[in-house]
Amino acid sequence: MDKYGTSMHKRIIVVIVALAMTLGGVWAGWTAEESGYGVGRPATDDEIRAWNMDVNSTGEGLPPGQGTVKHGAQVFAAKCAMCHGSTGTEGPKDRLVGGQNTLTTTKPIRTIGSYWPYATTLYDYIHRAMPFIAPQSLTPDETYSVIAWLLFQNQIITEDATIDAQTLPKVQMPNRNGFIPDPRPDVR
Amino acid sequence: MNEEVQNMNRRTFLQQSVSLMAVGAAALAVPPVHAEKSETAMDPMRVPGALPRPYGERSPFETQQRLGAGGPGSPHGWGANAPNNINSTTPLQDLHGIVTPSALHFERHHNGVPAIDPARHRLLVHGLVDRPMIFTLGDLERVPAVSRLAFLECSGNSWDCWFDKAPDFSVQELHGLTSTSEWTGVKLSTLLETVGVQRGASWMLAEGSDAAGLDRSVPLTNEVSNEAMICYGQNGEALRPEQGYPLRLLLPGFEGNINVKWLRRLKLGNAPFMTRWETAKYTDLMPDGKAYQFSLVMEAKSVITSPSGRQQIHPGFHEIRGLAWSGRGRVTKAEVSVDGGRSWQLAHLQEPVLPRCHTRFRLPWRWNGQEAILQSRCTDETGYVQPTRQDLVKVRGTNSVYHYNAIQSWRVERDGQVRNIYA
Repeated sequence: MDKYGTSMHKRIIVVIVALAMTLGGVWAGWTAEESGYGVGRPATDDEIRAWNMDVNSTGEGLPPGQGTVKHGAQVFAAKCAMCHGSTGTEGPKDRLVGGQNTLTTTKPIRTIGSYWPYATTLYDYIHRAMPFIAPQSLTPDETYSVIAWLLFQNQIITEDATIDAQTLPKVQMPNRNGFIPDPRPDVR
Repeated sequence: MNEEVQNMNRRTFLQQSVSLMAVGAAALAVPPVHAEKSETAMDPMRVPGALPRPYGERSPFETQQRLGAGGPGSPHGWGANAPNNINSTTPLQDLHGIVTPSALHFERHHNGVPAIDPARHRLLVHGLVDRPMIFTLGDLERVPAVSRLAFLECSGNSWDCWFDKAPDFSVQELHGLTSTSEWTGVKLSTLLETVGVQRGASWMLAEGSDAAGLDRSVPLTNEVSNEAMICYGQNGEALRPEQGYPLRLLLPGFEGNINVKWLRRLKLGNAPFMTRWETAKYTDLMPDGKAYQFSLVMEAKSVITSPSGRQQIHPGFHEIRGLAWSGRGRVTKAEVSVDGGRSWQLAHLQEPVLPRCHTRFRLPWRWNGQEAILQSRCTDETGYVQPTRQDLVKVRGTNSVYHYNAIQSWRVERDGQVRNIYA
């Protein structure tokens, strides 16, 4: 059975409650007009919790847990270095470290340290998409630790810093003010 | 085809015919093998043709295909190159009209094409809504549907053209990350009315159920409300897996990446979420070190698809053919130059000319065997004119990776070879 399905029993209760509330005139939402096509079903809080995996730039969505630079070095060496190099600079995939002061040169190096405007993006992305061959396999502690190591390698935090849901959104990224809203059409 | 092969086919066919006669009418149900052979028979008027079949294939003589490619500057193709390919390009030089066959629609995905069972797929809509809801594919197929033709272009299309030296590439290799389909689905506004948008909801996170879990923030502007669709249909059938089966977001005119495929979740919020795909990537670095962010619209662009890069032509008549499109609306004009932009002629626009859709243009031309530089330039309904490469680079430099839309120049050399150049 579909893990997000609702039992018939619960459905009947929902329908009865909704009907009662509509008749009582206290239900402002769910009118016949708005749900006129009769499709979809309410999402439960549990379902939303299970699916709601994003982390936004204010840090909303960050889970409990914490990470250290030292632990991050171990996780990175074991799970990331094969694609990003042992110091995050060697590749073959995206370079993650260094590149500061290269954005105006003929060979800009866009890394976490030189280009990314928000530290929270690291959690959102690494948790959902990394490692490339096993996405979503890192625990929150491993994810926070890899982030701590990457921020330390980019000289953004100190080696003894702890990264968690409170500290990560407060990290000031060097290129935080490097972006402007789309001004196009800009070529005349 | 050589004679031996033809004779063999004929022999095989005759043998099969004899056996067919012997076995009787029941055998007529068999023939895939018979069908293939008869297609290559010497005289199609003297042998029975293929029987009806459940799902059609193109003629075996048609071999146009997508070309795989890696990042900017990487080689194109399959074979040894395949494991490094991150996209595949549409063979623009081989296509007719404006619709891209689904099998040739360009691909760009960020950790492969997921295999999704539509019966298990769900779309969750939540965040700043009155009624967080879950929809099945069947739910979405039941509500009033809309169809429209629209192009989709990767904002990384033509990225090799930012390089200082013009690469010796075909139109497919240079510009093949654009395609047009007829898309069918539900208007986003229909879905949002069903869940009830709360005051203050101004952005929407769209998330795919691929291994990249690709997530992008969509501004909930009036334009997006009017144009956006949740699609399940492409060119009359279900979406191809490479284009998001079973559900994708479609934002006509916006860069490909934000048209999130394998769509599983929409979350309404009051600010952009600042995902990797709208910060570290898909932002356009300018010469002063600042980057354009949420540069979503694909600006007007055109390209001559024939004659085009790496083709060989002969003196005499040619119909110059190309495609023009604009993410801001309709193409109103396509002009062609055969002298590197010194003079321009108005090309004929093939109807239908639709907003945010590939538009086919054509111009008759007689090549006299002298060197010629072919260019096309389009104008859209906002009055925007496709820029020269020089003007584009003057403003944006050469580091922006994305959103290259300058005029393409093809040099026809005296030997009839057509080459990509910067003119």
